[in-house]
Amino acid sequence: MFLTTTKRIIKYGFINFWRNNVVSFASVLVVTITLLVLGSLIFLNAILDSSLAHIKDRVDINIYFNLDTEEEDILSLKTSLESLPEVSYITYVSREEALTNFRERHADDYLTIQALDELSDNPLPAAFNIKAKEPSQYASIAKYLERQNALVEGDNKIIDKINYYQNKVVIDKLSSIVKGIEKVGFVTTLALILLSIVITFNTIRLAIYISREEISIMKLVGADNKYVRGPFVFEGILYGLVSAILAMILFYPITLWMGDTITNFFGGINIFDYYLDNFFQIFIILIFSGVVVGGISSFLAVKRYLNK
Amino acid sequence: MIYFDKVSKEYSDDSVALHDINLTISSGEFVSIVGHSGAGKTTLLKILLADESPSKGSVFFESLDIHTLGRHDIPAFRRRIGVVFQDFRLLPNKTAYENVAFAMEAAGKEDEEIKADVPHVLELVDLTDKAFNFPHQLSGGEKQRLAIARAIINQPDVIIADEPTGNLDPINTQEVVQILKKINDLGTTVILTTHNRGVIDSLGKRVITMDGGKVARDDEKGQYSL
Repeated sequence: MFLTTTKRIIKYGFINFWRNNVVSFASVLVVTITLLVLGSLIFLNAILDSSLAHIKDRVDINIYFNLDTEEEDILSLKTSLESLPEVSYITYVSREEALTNFRERHADDYLTIQALDELSDNPLPAAFNIKAKEPSQYASIAKYLERQNALVEGDNKIIDKINYYQNKVVIDKLSSIVKGIEKVGFVTTLALILLSIVITFNTIRLAIYISREEISIMKLVGADNKYVRGPFVFEGILYGLVSAILAMILFYPITLWMGDTITNFFGGINIFDYYLDNFFQIFIILIFSGVVVGGISSFLAVKRYLNK
Repeated sequence: MIYFDKVSKEYSDDSVALHDINLTISSGEFVSIVGHSGAGKTTLLKILLADESPSKGSVFFESLDIHTLGRHDIPAFRRRIGVVFQDFRLLPNKTAYENVAFAMEAAGKEDEEIKADVPHVLELVDLTDKAFNFPHQLSGGEKQRLAIARAIINQPDVIIADEPTGNLDPINTQEVVQILKKINDLGTTVILTTHNRGVIDSLGKRVITMDGGKVARDDEKGQYSL
């Protein structure tokens, strides 16, 4: 009995979906737009996350040493810095490497290279590039270096310049921007999702409003509520399913087209790669959202006419 | 089999649809209810179908007090009554076959039984070759015959026909009345409301005349007398 009923509900769900094709088309369109919004938010979140990570990754401290500092002293400082828990890694650029890098970077700039060749000695200092694990930890690393007064001041100082204080303003600003974006992003996401659900719900309610006469006939013929409701709910689920597939298909050209532009603008990941890599996760999220929104909307909309 | 016991229905203080109705309809009867628009015919039928509940009094279907039924018992009760309406009330997105089959599916019948019974009933109302047409592809008479097919498919104890000929021409009217008569001859109780003098006079069956929410006359072999 249960099996027969379920089979009939599914059969009529499909038949209604097909026969009310204009209404189905309109509903699928709206649910698809909802899912596109939801999908875009997933992509936006990914872009934001990766570009923030990208920007955070660029924050660092550079220490420039005096030209006459012995490499021995530099390496011993490196060892002691590396023992700090805040330090992720340190890149040591020797004077020779700095010179090679400089020449490479200015290979096309004839004047600069010529000026460099005029000099008898290598003018570039050796440097450390220090990465912290979190942007907020740069302050304590800078403080640690300050405490090594002997290194910074006096006759036998080895450190010429720490650029943390120039970077500090940028770092602080960035941290507050990151926090702000995360807060605004969360609220916007929530608002957009809520709005989409309301629009979908109203569309499906309108679709079922068209069938209100049918619902009352079914009841007069002696169908119980479950049997009247079933095909409508299944139809709603179908809207969600079809829309999820449509949205997934649409995201292919959209992400392909926008991928490079967005990567150039924000840095970080290419959303087309993200789409391909996370295809099934995104698809499952969209199917689940579509099916839940479609099914629940239908359920609630039919309920209104069932109780009359 | 059906008893109206002092039934009144008021929509508001100054709108009284039914006033103190007492009626008994026996099993196998063919009863016509006549009356002007607003006389209370449709309200009476709605109360019998548990589509509305009376303000006062009670209605019994055999020993069942209809308006004590819970929401979940109403569908099963309605399957014991077949209904035919003036405006047909067919499901627009279902074919003739599916419209009839739906009533059986709603009653939880098995697929084999549906496959066997539906063509048989469609043949009875002469719609075999229109089985796969949608309601909008049928004429008025065909629609009403289809509605009757749907009403009788579950072999109900009672058929209620609420002005079934209201939208039909004389030939189709006669056809529908003949089908209802045939159903009655097979033992089903039929309750018919109509405005059609010709139908009443040709039937020669019991006629209940309603006026202003009251039973004005109840004649065993009645004529149209409005």
